[in-house]
Amino acid sequence: MDIDLILNEAEVAVAGAPDERALDEIRVHYLGKKGQLTVLLKGLGSLDPADRPSAGAAINEAKERVQGWIAARRAALGSEQLAQSLAEEAVDVTLPGRQRPAGGLHPVTQAMQRIESIFVGSGYDVVAGEEIENDYYNFEALNIPAHHPARAMHDTFYFGDGTLLRTHTSPSQVHTMESQQPPIRIICPGRVYRRDSDLTHSPMFHQVEGLVVDRGISFADLKGTVETFLKRFFEADLGVRFRPSYFPFTEPSAEVDVECVMCAGKGCRTCSQSGWIEVMGCGLVHPNVLEMSGIDSEIYSGFAFGFGGDRLAMLLYEVEDLRLFFENDLKFLKQFN
Amino acid sequence: MKYNEMWLREWVRPDIEPDALLEQLTMAGLEVDGTTPVAGSFNGVVVGRVVAVAPHPNADKLTVCQVDDGEETRQVVCGAPNVRAGLTTAYARVGAVLPGDFRIRQAKLRDVVSNGMLCSAAELELGDDHDGILELADDLVPGQDLRLALELEDRIVDLELTPNRGDCLSIRGLAREVGVLNNTPVTELSVSPTPATCEDTFEVRLEDEAGCPRYLGRVIRGVDITRPSPPWLRERLRRVGLRSIDAVVDVTNLVMIELGQPMHAFDLNQLAAPIVVRRAAAGEKLRLLDGREVMFDDQPLLITDASGPVAIAGVMGGERSGVQPDTRDVFLECAFFHPLAVAGTARKYGLQTDASHRYERGVDYALQHLAMDRATALLLDIVGGEPGPVTEAVASDHLPVPAEVTLREGRLNELLGVTIDPAEVDVALERLGFDLLDRSTVAGTVRWTIRVPSHRFDIAREADLVEEICRIYGYNNVPSRLPRTDLGLREVPLDRASITALKGQLVDLGYQEVITYSFIDPRLQDLLAPGVAPLKLENPMSLDQSVMRTSLLPSLADVLKANVSRQQDRVRLFEVGRCFLPGDPVGQPVMLGALAWGRRDPEHWATASAPVDFFDLKGDLERLLAWTGRRVSFAPLADPVLHPGQAAAVIVGGRQIGRLGRLHPEIEQRLDIAGGIFVAELDAACVLAQARRRHGTVSRFPSVRRDLAIVVDRAVPAGEIVSILEKSLGKVLVDLRLFDVYQGKGIDSTEKSLGVGLTLQKPSATLTEEEIGQYMQTAIEALANEAGARLR
Repeated sequence: MDIDLILNEAEVAVAGAPDERALDEIRVHYLGKKGQLTVLLKGLGSLDPADRPSAGAAINEAKERVQGWIAARRAALGSEQLAQSLAEEAVDVTLPGRQRPAGGLHPVTQAMQRIESIFVGSGYDVVAGEEIENDYYNFEALNIPAHHPARAMHDTFYFGDGTLLRTHTSPSQVHTMESQQPPIRIICPGRVYRRDSDLTHSPMFHQVEGLVVDRGISFADLKGTVETFLKRFFEADLGVRFRPSYFPFTEPSAEVDVECVMCAGKGCRTCSQSGWIEVMGCGLVHPNVLEMSGIDSEIYSGFAFGFGGDRLAMLLYEVEDLRLFFENDLKFLKQFN
Repeated sequence: MKYNEMWLREWVRPDIEPDALLEQLTMAGLEVDGTTPVAGSFNGVVVGRVVAVAPHPNADKLTVCQVDDGEETRQVVCGAPNVRAGLTTAYARVGAVLPGDFRIRQAKLRDVVSNGMLCSAAELELGDDHDGILELADDLVPGQDLRLALELEDRIVDLELTPNRGDCLSIRGLAREVGVLNNTPVTELSVSPTPATCEDTFEVRLEDEAGCPRYLGRVIRGVDITRPSPPWLRERLRRVGLRSIDAVVDVTNLVMIELGQPMHAFDLNQLAAPIVVRRAAAGEKLRLLDGREVMFDDQPLLITDASGPVAIAGVMGGERSGVQPDTRDVFLECAFFHPLAVAGTARKYGLQTDASHRYERGVDYALQHLAMDRATALLLDIVGGEPGPVTEAVASDHLPVPAEVTLREGRLNELLGVTIDPAEVDVALERLGFDLLDRSTVAGTVRWTIRVPSHRFDIAREADLVEEICRIYGYNNVPSRLPRTDLGLREVPLDRASITALKGQLVDLGYQEVITYSFIDPRLQDLLAPGVAPLKLENPMSLDQSVMRTSLLPSLADVLKANVSRQQDRVRLFEVGRCFLPGDPVGQPVMLGALAWGRRDPEHWATASAPVDFFDLKGDLERLLAWTGRRVSFAPLADPVLHPGQAAAVIVGGRQIGRLGRLHPEIEQRLDIAGGIFVAELDAACVLAQARRRHGTVSRFPSVRRDLAIVVDRAVPAGEIVSILEKSLGKVLVDLRLFDVYQGKGIDSTEKSLGVGLTLQKPSATLTEEEIGQYMQTAIEALANEAGARLR
């Protein structure tokens, strides 16, 4: 048979091969052991020896051409198939993904952790205290003897056996000073309890107490610490002012006002139009308190401050009713996740 | 403490705007809570005198009045019952504007023309009285603007005083403070003693001398209490928030506000001599002025006469001996009671009074004579009478001793962190009224020794003077700086994680943190923690916050319930907080509680809808505990609040550290929540404890996996099969997967089939087929011997 004829036929067959299997049959038909081109090659012996080289070269060239067509057709078939299967595997990328919903921290915890990290970064230790205390640690050791009018400022929950729910985290101060000599740098975050409930009061709330006792601790140190803390916490260069006040366990004592974070001091509902918000009480540790805890007040001095973690969380997250924090409505809580 | 600005200005006139003064007080530690004008906003109201009255022709309750308004006589129709000829009152002319922007026009009332209106106190917001028109002093001139005539351009200031500043609970004390702050002189009250015009006295004995070191008494005979307090006195009291009662009470109240000395007046004829100031005997009773009867069980200080208690010292008088409209002779008491003798009594008996408020904080012990003289003079002016001599029972030994306090310049500057010029301290001490006993310079620094004046109860030691100097210097003038300290390095325990990290783990597991009250409803406590008697608050705010939780489950269930009612369909909660276990001492462990309810996964197009079950929560717990690096096991648990077939103890190191399970269906029903509620509660400290991680060997040789399908009695827990396999195979077993549990068709109804995948690996060699076969044989034999299991 004529090579050209075979080639023409083979080219048409390869081009029309619908799949891999057909292509393989075509390969066998032309190039297999008994394939048409193989047979031609085997028939070379019957030719004139002079014609053999040129005829052989022509057959080999033909074989290569057929092989080339088959390879090209195979590649084409492969990419068609891939394209088809890719099309079949396509998904709607706008469908929602499969997820395991995240949980979240309570906003008060988030604020408390923020507070802790500000102080811990500067070398303060965190001290946790128990919540049922006795009268001595909650009052007496803090220079608040029985019947002191300051007790009226702490509307206390009692158990009837001399124990009570701590009204502030200050007992932790005493426990620490009793067990450790200066230098002392601690914060004591935790739950405290007072009989009070309205927009800005809850019978249980969170307080953070800070205490630094060392040689040469001054009112200026207290001011700097409190001011810097408030600026760091709110991440704003807020004005801070100190007003003389009274706590039996500090002397001098001060209340601290921060420029209203809601209105930047212009006056709004949150700050009762005053531009200032009262955020904490503080002072130099009263020498009586140092002495009762076994610290020499002539050698050492210290400052203490205390504020409501929930109160700062309210201001940070713009929550107007403190009680929302303790209703634990998931729709409310998840806003902070 | 309420005061009006005008009264204060009678005592001290600082060169400062009124609002600036309020700001100054706040910044000096006397916090201004707010101000209210003494009268409503109105104009066009003048002093009017009713010249004549006639009945209204067409109305019984109206009167037609002729009113002199200084310009002419005008006809006004008035409905007040107290209108009468000769009465001086407030007249709103036509065109006047009353509070509430109420404009007065000429009107016809039942055909009679009325040119303006006669006003009551309430209509002008001068008080609550709307029963009749104002009755003004007769010496006021008709036509005078009422605001000027009554000096109404005045404000009431509400001061929130800290307990240490009892000395500012009077106009005099406030004036003194304003004087100090502004370096302005204060006008002292000049009262000359009223000489006795009768000889009568009444015997007073001090039995509790420490409680009452000084008691002044004075008899005044022949008073006429039917005479009302004059308008100026009533108005003065109104402007400090007090109601007029009768002339005697009004005068004692005025003296208390003016000078800070509480006083009491008895009806002399109701007293049986002598007066004894003593502690109550158990079971003694007294009916008080407000009609209440109290029985004493803790020995408060009393004023008694021969027949028993007549007053609680410094708190409130008794009804029997109180002044009545028909009282003719009074006995005035003006005493110094020690703060400790009064403190607590008012609160205990629920009798907080203006007097107890002052005595608890400390009344100036040198003030009694002045106050008695002031009260006597005012009383004689108003109700007349013949005063006897002032008698004084005094226990000098028990009178407070004025403290002498030394201030050292070095300590002052060190504590404040500033350098204050000693000359400034000199001025401040003088302004504060401290008696300078000594001023010396030792080694270049000044020492001041002062005597504290009798009105400053709060100054006892150097720190108190430091505060006073700082107040005068200005808190906000002290510089701010940060403490200088050694750069210490913190301890970070290897064997303990932080609560913060624990909470982070729970959040990663998909749980939402909640914070609930530590005191809960006893019914809820009893439902979810039966059999424990929780600590009870003696004075809870309400029943549903009255017992201390012994478990976190009640609160978590409560939060779930609230959120289910808010249409949540998938809830995962946790709380970390203390629980309170009765005992001595009370146990206050920090617990971790978790709750899962509702859908396993959020509604999703590709996820089948299934409710959460035991193994969801258990899986979460296993992951949480894997974080601790410690070995955990679970064992069936009988717990009254958990489903008897779905409850497990969580065991670490042989110790139960918590529990896990489905709430008992009966409890679910009581909570009225559909679907299983799965809860876990663990001792947080046990979850925080971290195993110390150390490198062992990581084998580089291939591992092989062999699966076993075994049949075993249903009652045998899977955990037992696992531990038999672990024990029999030892270290060569590097992984175990329980991939199938089956009971049903093809398996005897008393049995179950388990599929276990075992991965074996040696650290230092490749396992041979022969070895593998031996290991599997060992495992199969152990399962057969110890659990009666056989290959399926």
